[in-house]
Amino acid sequence: MSQAGELILEKHHDPIGARIGMWLFLFTELLLFGGLFLLYAIYLNKYPEEFHFASSQLDQFVGAMNTLILLTSSLTMVLSVGSLQRQKRNLAILFLVITFLLGAAFLVNKYFEWGHKISHGIYPGSAELMLHPKGEIMFYGLYYSMTGLHGLHVLVGMIIMLFLWYFLSKKTHTAVSLKGEALESFSGKILTLADDTGRNIWKSSTLGENISQIEVTVKGEISEETMLSNEVKLHNSGLYWHLVDIIWIFLFPLFYLIAM
Amino acid sequence: MASSMAGNIAAEKSFYEVKTEHPGLLAWLLSTDHKRISIMYLLSMLTFFLVGAFIAIVMRLELLSTGETIISAHTYNALFTLHGVVMIFFFIIPGIPAAFGNFMLPLQIGAKDVAFPRLNLLSYWLYLVGAVIALTSIFSGPGPADTGWTFYAPYSIRTGTNVTLAVFAAFLLGFSSILTGLNFITTMHRLRAPGMTFFKMPLFCWSLYATGWIQILATPILGITLALVMVERLLGVGVFDPVKGGDPVLYQHLFWIYSHPAVYVMVLPAMGVLSEIIPTFARRTIFGYKAIAFSSMAIAFVGYLVWGHHMFTSGISDTSRMAFSFLTFLVAIPSAIKVFNWLATLYKGSIDMQPPFLYAISFIFLFSIGGLTGLVLGALATDIHLHDTYFVVAHFHYVMFGGTGFIFFAALHYWGPKMFGRMFNKKVSYLAWAIIFIGFNMLYFTMFILGYKGMPRRYYDALPEFHNLHVVATVGSWILVSGLLIMLINLLVGFRKGERAPMNPWGGTTLEWTVPTPPPLENFHEIPLVEHEPYYHGNKEKEMK
Repeated sequence: MSQAGELILEKHHDPIGARIGMWLFLFTELLLFGGLFLLYAIYLNKYPEEFHFASSQLDQFVGAMNTLILLTSSLTMVLSVGSLQRQKRNLAILFLVITFLLGAAFLVNKYFEWGHKISHGIYPGSAELMLHPKGEIMFYGLYYSMTGLHGLHVLVGMIIMLFLWYFLSKKTHTAVSLKGEALESFSGKILTLADDTGRNIWKSSTLGENISQIEVTVKGEISEETMLSNEVKLHNSGLYWHLVDIIWIFLFPLFYLIAM
Repeated sequence: MASSMAGNIAAEKSFYEVKTEHPGLLAWLLSTDHKRISIMYLLSMLTFFLVGAFIAIVMRLELLSTGETIISAHTYNALFTLHGVVMIFFFIIPGIPAAFGNFMLPLQIGAKDVAFPRLNLLSYWLYLVGAVIALTSIFSGPGPADTGWTFYAPYSIRTGTNVTLAVFAAFLLGFSSILTGLNFITTMHRLRAPGMTFFKMPLFCWSLYATGWIQILATPILGITLALVMVERLLGVGVFDPVKGGDPVLYQHLFWIYSHPAVYVMVLPAMGVLSEIIPTFARRTIFGYKAIAFSSMAIAFVGYLVWGHHMFTSGISDTSRMAFSFLTFLVAIPSAIKVFNWLATLYKGSIDMQPPFLYAISFIFLFSIGGLTGLVLGALATDIHLHDTYFVVAHFHYVMFGGTGFIFFAALHYWGPKMFGRMFNKKVSYLAWAIIFIGFNMLYFTMFILGYKGMPRRYYDALPEFHNLHVVATVGSWILVSGLLIMLINLLVGFRKGERAPMNPWGGTTLEWTVPTPPPLENFHEIPLVEHEPYYHGNKEKEMK
């Protein structure tokens, strides 16, 4: 790779470590919602009739639609991860975009659902809601807090997907990046970059004191490391998306179905 | 990214001397090196510690004489809130893990860095942003929060002070703490050197492991609770507001579901440091390695189930009070296992009374007083008498300051020379220890008596019959602070101008003592192969048997 001898670019890649980190993070997310589920359980126990009535005022159809949308989005997310593992990058991007659109559809539904309630004066702190029994105030308080926090997670998931889209579409990779200490040791020498067949792709001039950084970017191909790192990123984002999904699977019956 | 060169980096260049990408302060603020991040944490925390101590001195000064003297009742409320928030969220919770864990964990397990170096830097930034927001809450708008560090509802929802900002700062610090825990656990699972099994890890790592799990599994509850306080204040949802059908006692439950385990986030790493220092200065391997490791995990586990003991007078049912009281007593068992193992390690050891050991060994004495008075508070009948009195204040200062605080100082003396490359003046350290120890006991032991006699906490004034004892406590606070200043100045001067520290000044046996002082950028030129248990002092042990 270089005339100076054994330049070993040691990249730190640990897919298992990254997954452990992600799972630990998911535990924290579960507990974050866990606090709210605990509150829900206690207030449901305290005000069963009011919860029953308030729940019947929600639109079960919209709720069911959103459940369908989110479950489907989890499927397309898995398909995206699977496609990338089979090296089908374009297909992976396609499924990722579909997942993103389904997430957006979920939020649009949510927007209209909330908007409808708010137009009837049912929102936290409203004068209208204060006329209702305490149990209903609690129900709607929890409804807005829990679906709100969940919606925030959907939004974050979508932003993550945009980043992934960018990472997966990028067709360049940095082959050499040298600065500071590592660069100094090559002072006065010439660096060359060769491909697998031994053909020289790039050659530097003599490295003097005035050069502070060298970065060589190769276009049109993706290195194995980038591929692997993209796979890990997509896999972890998939895990996050399923968490968002599974929380909704509990929110849906607790808010929409208890009156049925 | 860790793209590095194999081999030919000049052998003795420490991480301070290696040329960095960015100049000046940015070389620190943008560095993902665990050693630089650790030192940034350390300096920030010591700053906050001094701020917290200063606030405490002002409060003690107000209590020196009866009646309103230097500050008003409202200012006093704001000050004890600030003192609590600063000391707990900015000093003692991140404390040992973020400062010493960050530096020593990779070194102790033979790794080049933590598993997620950039996440590590993000943790520090969150800490820093949290600090800036907390400062903003003091000096802007309606003034600092006056709720106490516990932010109890419904007062925290109704008070006009800057609670929302203060709570948001605490929320960010919680997030920072979660990420540190997550990082450390992954590091221990993935980056241990070859040969280092879990049961060959130094006990400090084990304590960080237990701490990490608490950080991950308890802190989110605080996150959601504080978020709900913010939502309450901004939108008026009402989950903790009785007017709207909410229940303020639920706030207490949620708050303590985190904040009691958080007590173990504060104290477990300290126990870990002690388990390092004792074998080093007793020149013996630790007694009951596995018992100490497992008791850390046991404390972490049982610590989850005892939060109700903060609420014995909040109107929870008798059944749950008895259950919580019983579980509270259970925590004493793994704690005592540790204490007896440490003592057994010292037995027949050849003890070398160096400053780190002196500070560390005070833990056993002070923590035992704190722990035993904890049992008094954990018992239902006595707690009714002592709840919300100075007895509680004394108890947790003995545990937190006498326990974790002293170990923090011990760690500064023990690992400081390794981190900064220079030695401090030992004689001044001994002197400072004596002053701190006298001042500490004068201040806080007096509080036990005050509390037992009925002096309530969080009052800016006291009845005349408590006056004499308050004078004793305030004088104690002056002695304590002078000792602290002498100690910190001695360390500061030593670490800047002292003589160069050798590679292994204390005769430690763990891996951090096998690298140069201060360590090079990538810690180990070659990842070491671990063959021995961590506290292996030759075959002295076998000869003795």
